[in-house]
Amino acid sequence: MLGESVIAQISNLGRAGTFALQAIACSITPPIKFYRVLKQIRFVGWKSIPVICLTGIFTGMVLALQGHPTLRKVGSEAFIGPLVALSLIRELGPVLSALMVTGRAGSSIAAEIGIMRTQDQIDAMALMGLNPLRYLVAPNLIALFIAMPLLAALFDVVAIFGGYLVAVRMLGLNAGTYFGQMNNYVELKDVLGGLYKSMSFGILIGWVCCFKGYYSRFGAEGVSAATTEAVVNASVLILVWDYFMTSLVF
Amino acid sequence: MIFIENLWKSFGQQEVLRGVSLHVEPGVFTALIGMSGSGKSLLLKHLVGLIEPDRGSVIIDGKNLSQLSRTELEELRSRIGFVFQSGALFDSMTIFDNVAFPLREKTKLSESEIQKKVMDELAQVGLAEACEKYPAQISGGMIKRVALARTLVQSPEIILFDEPTTGLDPIVSRSILQLFNEVHQRRNLTGILVSHEIPDIFDIVQQIAMLHEGIIIASGATEEIRASSDPIIQQFVNGNPEGPIRYR
Repeated sequence: MLGESVIAQISNLGRAGTFALQAIACSITPPIKFYRVLKQIRFVGWKSIPVICLTGIFTGMVLALQGHPTLRKVGSEAFIGPLVALSLIRELGPVLSALMVTGRAGSSIAAEIGIMRTQDQIDAMALMGLNPLRYLVAPNLIALFIAMPLLAALFDVVAIFGGYLVAVRMLGLNAGTYFGQMNNYVELKDVLGGLYKSMSFGILIGWVCCFKGYYSRFGAEGVSAATTEAVVNASVLILVWDYFMTSLVF
Repeated sequence: MIFIENLWKSFGQQEVLRGVSLHVEPGVFTALIGMSGSGKSLLLKHLVGLIEPDRGSVIIDGKNLSQLSRTELEELRSRIGFVFQSGALFDSMTIFDNVAFPLREKTKLSESEIQKKVMDELAQVGLAEACEKYPAQISGGMIKRVALARTLVQSPEIILFDEPTTGLDPIVSRSILQLFNEVHQRRNLTGILVSHEIPDIFDIVQQIAMLHEGIIIASGATEEIRASSDPIIQQFVNGNPEGPIRYR
C-alpha cells in the first residue's frame, strides 16, 4: 500500500516534469498563438490590477506603520523609506503579487482546463491533430511570464505610495527624507532580483495550475480538487522557490 | 481497413478488454453494441491512440498505432473523425468558430474559403442559422449535429461515433442516426458507431459487433446478428431482463 503510494507520487512528479518541459518547448517554438497570448495577458494581467493595487496599498501602509515605531526606538525613522522599498522590491512585491495572481487567475486557469478535460474538449483538440499544450498551456505560460513582473512592479509602486501615505501624511515624516533615502539605498540589483523572481513565479504558476487542470480527475469533484491543489501547490512552491531565488540572486 | 488484434486493457485489478479482435472493411458502417460499462467507448479511444493498450494492436491502413511517432499519429488522426458522447464543443467559441477551428489551425485556406466550407457543413446538418450561437445556447441534439459538422469539415476517411444519441429524445435520436446514415452513404466513409439505439441501428449499419465481458462475442452482418441464436445476443437485442447476462 505504502509502496503503491510512493510509486504514484514519483510517477506524478515525473509526469509534472515532462509536462513542464513540453509546455516550455511549445512556448518557445513556433507557431506561437499570439491572439491567445494577448487574451491571457489581458486575463491574468489587466484584470488582476484592482486586486494588486488593493493588496499593494495596504501592504505598504502596514509596513510603514509597523516599521516606524521600531525605527524610532533606535532613532532611525528616516530609514522608513528604504525599509519599505527594499522589503517590497526584493521580497514582498514579487511574492505577494504572485500569491494574488495564483488565487485570482491560477485557480481560474486550472478550473477552465479541468472542465475542458472532463468535457473531452482536450481530447477533441488532440484528435484534430493539434497539440493541446500549444493551445491551452503555452499561452498561459507566456502570458504569466510577461504579466507577473509588470504586476509586481505595479504592486511595488502602489505599496510605496501606501507607505508614503502612512509615513509622511499620517506620521509626519518629511517627504524628501522618505523618497530621498529610498533613492540612496535601493540598487539596480535589488530591482533586477525582484524582476527575475516574478518572472520565475509566473512560469511556476502557469506550470502548476495548467498541470493540475490538464490532469484533472473527472466530474465536478475532480475539477474542484484540481483547482484547490493548483492554488495550494502553487502558493507553497512560490514560497519555497522564493527562498532559493533569494539565495541565488542576492 | 481497421484491424483490432487481441487487445487487452486493465485498470488496476479490473480487466475491461480481454483480447478484443475486430476487423472493419473500408466503407462499412459498423455498430458496436454491449452492456453499459463493457468497454465500448474505451475500445473506440484505442482506435485513435487516446489510450494505449496493455497488449495487442490496432492497425489502421497497415499502420500499427502503438509504433507511430507523435507526428505520424497526428497525421493519422487527421484522417479520422471522432464524435464524442458530449459533443466536446469548445464552449468559449461560437458554433461557427467551433466548426472553423480545425480549418483555421490545420489548413492554409483563406477566411472566405473557410466561411464557405463551414456554412456548407452547417447547412448539411441544418444549423446554418445557429452559427453565431454558443454551445450553451443550443439543445443537446443541435450540439451533436454541430459536433458532426466539425468532424466532417475535416473530410475524414473514418468516423467514430461514441454514443452520439445518449440523452436525446427518440425523435431527435432517430433523426441524428438518419443523418449519420446519409453522411455515410454520401461520402462512403468507414464508420464505427457505439450505440444502445436498438432496433434503430439495425436499419442504419451494415455490420454489428457485440462486446461482452471484455471480448467480441459476435460480429457479422446486421441480419446475421438479428437472427443469431446466441442467448446473450438475443437477450441484449430484445432488452430482456431475464437471461444469461448478469447485470447490476
